[in-house]
Amino acid sequence: MTSYNRRHVLKASAAFAGASALGFPAIVRAQASTIKIGHLVPLTGFLGAIGSYAQLGVKLAAEEINEAGGIMGRKIDLISEDSVNPATAANKAQRMIEQDGAAVLLGEISSASALTIMQVAERNKKVFFSTGARSDALRGKNCNRYSFHCDIPNTVMVNAVGTALNQKGLVKGKKFVTLTADYIFGHDLLKAAKSFFAANDATLIGDELIATDVTDFSPYLLKIRQAKPDVVCCNLAGNQVTNLVKQYAEFGFPYPLVGFNLNTGDAWAAGAGNLSGFWPTVWYHTLDNPASKAFVANFTKKYGKPPENHAWIEYVTLKLLAQAIADTKSTESEALIAHFEKESQFDIMKARKAYFRSWDHQLVQEAYPFTVKAKADMKDQWDMLVLGDTVPVASAPLESIYPNKEQNPCAMKV
Amino acid sequence: MQIVFLLEQVVNGLVLGGYYLLIALGLSLIFSVGGVVNLAHGAFYALGAYISVQLTGYIGFGPAVAVSPLLVALLGILFERYLLRRFYSADPILGLLVTFGLAMIVEQLIRIIWGAPPISAIMPQALKGSIIVGEFLFSRYRLILLAIVALVLLGLWLLLQRTSFGRVVRAGIQRPDMVAVLGIRLQPYMTTIVMLGVGMAALGGALFAPITIVHPAMGADVLIVAFVVVVIGGLGSFWGVVLAALLVGVVRGVTIHFMPAAGEASIYALMFLVLLFRPRGLLGERIEKFE
Repeated sequence: MTSYNRRHVLKASAAFAGASALGFPAIVRAQASTIKIGHLVPLTGFLGAIGSYAQLGVKLAAEEINEAGGIMGRKIDLISEDSVNPATAANKAQRMIEQDGAAVLLGEISSASALTIMQVAERNKKVFFSTGARSDALRGKNCNRYSFHCDIPNTVMVNAVGTALNQKGLVKGKKFVTLTADYIFGHDLLKAAKSFFAANDATLIGDELIATDVTDFSPYLLKIRQAKPDVVCCNLAGNQVTNLVKQYAEFGFPYPLVGFNLNTGDAWAAGAGNLSGFWPTVWYHTLDNPASKAFVANFTKKYGKPPENHAWIEYVTLKLLAQAIADTKSTESEALIAHFEKESQFDIMKARKAYFRSWDHQLVQEAYPFTVKAKADMKDQWDMLVLGDTVPVASAPLESIYPNKEQNPCAMKV
Repeated sequence: MQIVFLLEQVVNGLVLGGYYLLIALGLSLIFSVGGVVNLAHGAFYALGAYISVQLTGYIGFGPAVAVSPLLVALLGILFERYLLRRFYSADPILGLLVTFGLAMIVEQLIRIIWGAPPISAIMPQALKGSIIVGEFLFSRYRLILLAIVALVLLGLWLLLQRTSFGRVVRAGIQRPDMVAVLGIRLQPYMTTIVMLGVGMAALGGALFAPITIVHPAMGADVLIVAFVVVVIGGLGSFWGVVLAALLVGVVRGVTIHFMPAAGEASIYALMFLVLLFRPRGLLGERIEKFE
């Protein structure tokens, strides 16, 4: 038998094991055509699960646009890849612009990756639609005029859930423990949560920063029990929300678990009977309006399951981008920026129309708190959420739940 | 009170270590006997989880958790017979490449069969909740999990130490040439070891499915920790792996108690220290064929 040195084997194995942590390649590429759009979304890692929904949404939009003859006769060529991590995301974005000739960039869920893509967009003077990143800082101190933000920011999620929690008397005088994702998004969300607690007479008695690769939460759950809070609040993202929800149900703690961030995909993955409490969402497939119903029907027919909120935002964004290109008859960045800064209203499958606010480029829209359906009342595995009252109420302006000019330090260089 | 909280983390770490053990032990066994680091081990863990979730719909939770590892163990036989066997005496890099490739193929197959989004997995209501023993709180489910791990461990130990099968395997680890001279073919033994190893990984997946997210890349997540455990324990050592798994669980829990943000990093710091002072691992044996 040939013999090999143990050290040699160990070194090589460690290298491979490390490579597998970076994620296996998952690359999807559309065939060549005329308007090239660079699309990046995490398909691996802790946001990969919801990223897969995002990709389905953007592909459906591209297919529909192309089947209808494209934009001014030009077809969309969607170059869609796994963004992997912030550094890789930036490299890929640069390559898509430089070598693939992408006219516009679109996508992302991770706030950390969105931030690096925003810098690439600014450097290359190309427009980037950040579809799923929720950090306030992206549209605040890190904002730039080439970047547009489609999802609701952390502040809006906190306001949506906070309103519902206040109505149930779960805030004033209560003791909170938070579990926070240890990267830009989590830090940002914690900041929004802290100002909410301070404004509403709640005390934060414990906060755990949690690395994004944590899958077992049992040591943190023990610490929660030791702290004896009134309410436990989840400021995590992606797979970690699912893992926490499942393990929280496993331990069966009496303190209500609420959260300031959730994507429907994470809730579905947690399974019936595990999720409870109050959470925010940006869109849900049961919203009762014609545009939403048509989209849900088409999506479900094609993929055999209803769209998740990231599928929705990607679909909506590519559709409104296509409309903008058709209206301005241009894919030039300056023309597109000028068009969106006019604050024209878009139907985004909600009761009220939305618009990109001119001074910080974020899509101003409604949001919803939700509670969870009893298992017995669920029609199918996706029929899980009960939407609460839309925020803001119909009589209030949409911007009332968004940070105003004093609160949001966005200064764009022209 | 502080000391009780700390002890609670230690005990919880031991429970978690039991779960790491299920995956790491097979990895270590396959390497000891065959000399191949099975990077597809995580893929079998993922298959165990997916098949168990799928079967739960038809035969219920308990039977599904039992049947899924058996099915995956059968796959393990095919894996050994048609793939792994060719690489025992080859350059280790080939074994790594082929098992890494297999891991990618299985992950993509899972995407094709079950879809890229995670699937939901739940446990029976009766298994949920905590039990308080003295000052300590345990998740009821994890205690059951620990009992199963202990049984598996005992069975495996008896198999390796008290049967003629075990004697041949142990001899094969140290002196395959001698075993061959005695007229014993090691191959059927190797098939059994791989079957047991991937079966245990699948059992880990099936047991952990209700308390962790079930998604195509779940195998890659767990492989790293299992590999760290094997390195700390020392390749080829049964009790070394047991000790390392428990130690990793405890070190992680205690670190989280004092410095929550460093919880995951502590595992790698531990590996670093062990490699620095005991490059062969805590209880690693000197195995002639690897020196």
